[in-house]
Amino acid sequence: MSQEISEAKLHAYVDGLLSETEREALDAHLAANPEDAARVRDWREQGQALRNRFNPVLDEPIPPRLLMRPPTFVRRYAMAACFAVGGIMVGSLLGWMARGMLPGFPLSAGGVPGFARQAAIAHVVYAPEVRHPVEVGADQEEHLVRWLSKRLGTELKCPKLAGLGYELVGGRLLSGPNGPVAHFMFQDARGARLTLYVSVQKGESRQTAFRFSQEDKVGVFYWIDGNYGYALSGEVSREALLQIADAVYKQLNP
Amino acid sequence: MESHPFEQHIPRLRRYARALVGDRYAADDLVQDTLERAWNKLHLWRQGSDLRAWLFAIMHNVFVNQVRSRRQEIERNMEELPLMAVRATQGQNLELIDMERALQALPDDQREVILLVAVEQLTYEETSRALSVPIGTVMSRLSRGRERLRQITNGEAVTPLKLVK
Repeated sequence: MSQEISEAKLHAYVDGLLSETEREALDAHLAANPEDAARVRDWREQGQALRNRFNPVLDEPIPPRLLMRPPTFVRRYAMAACFAVGGIMVGSLLGWMARGMLPGFPLSAGGVPGFARQAAIAHVVYAPEVRHPVEVGADQEEHLVRWLSKRLGTELKCPKLAGLGYELVGGRLLSGPNGPVAHFMFQDARGARLTLYVSVQKGESRQTAFRFSQEDKVGVFYWIDGNYGYALSGEVSREALLQIADAVYKQLNP
Repeated sequence: MESHPFEQHIPRLRRYARALVGDRYAADDLVQDTLERAWNKLHLWRQGSDLRAWLFAIMHNVFVNQVRSRRQEIERNMEELPLMAVRATQGQNLELIDMERALQALPDDQREVILLVAVEQLTYEETSRALSVPIGTVMSRLSRGRERLRQITNGEAVTPLKLVK
């Protein structure tokens, strides 16, 4: 039993990292080597004392500052959004130059109408917001809808998406190239957020089919109905987003 | 509230940080800096790999880069604390001094390994990845750290002890 046992084995024994056979062999070794047995016992006690001392930290409430998304995270995305706005300005210019040659709405360089890209940007800017995701919360839904309806000059409806797992968080007023924009936010039980961007479309009333655009991680379904452009944005699969967009459309056009 | 990818790991990050730096507020600062860096590097994390191990690795880097100077100040403050023997192990004539103080007397690299192995219960392999050192280095730090703690708590080290009867 006096055969040399590596010190690494003794540590692995204490840390429960040995196989059963190895452990049994070491039990025998320790029975015959009081010096090693004393070391093992002391190391175990150290571990126990450390766990006794520090395990209570696990049960302490987490300070709120550790649960906030850091401002730098939002900043990075806001910066990306600024570049995207630059892209849109170029896109709008191209769209303006091309007006009269191309049918349909003013297109950005990517072939996506400005309002759909702006919706994606608004989503990226506001969806990660922890403290102020909306101006008016869902608890004042009636007031929110009345207020935004008044500003957009139409009777807005706020879709109910609870059946699809999304509850209203609230909404805010944004400014778009054609004036005020209504922005509604929804979230599911895991906190994943969707936003619905409703903007005024200048020009003749028309209707378009659903179109889809992927703006980095954000998927956007958008359509035009009458004088309004709608864009539903979220970081979910195209299929899931389409299902929700469909529900939104049906509720707004019963 | 926002879904928070790191939330479930925060209690353990806090436990490790508390043991590592000693002071409660400095420890939460370390956790906050770690999470902030993790948020900004989230796109580098490989989906499906062990998020907790990744967070420990980030915490190690933040600790090494930023916290040492702060910790030195805390160590100076601890010098002024009265030395306390907390208890005598029953049946053995062995005095234990405050484990926290003994821990803080270890070099950083040995303390990290002991905590990751004994408290966080990472394997040697996981510890070696979290600290970006070979497994042999993990073993030698563990060995030296445990022996050093043993000397301190058994009263063989320079730290003076008071008997508790």
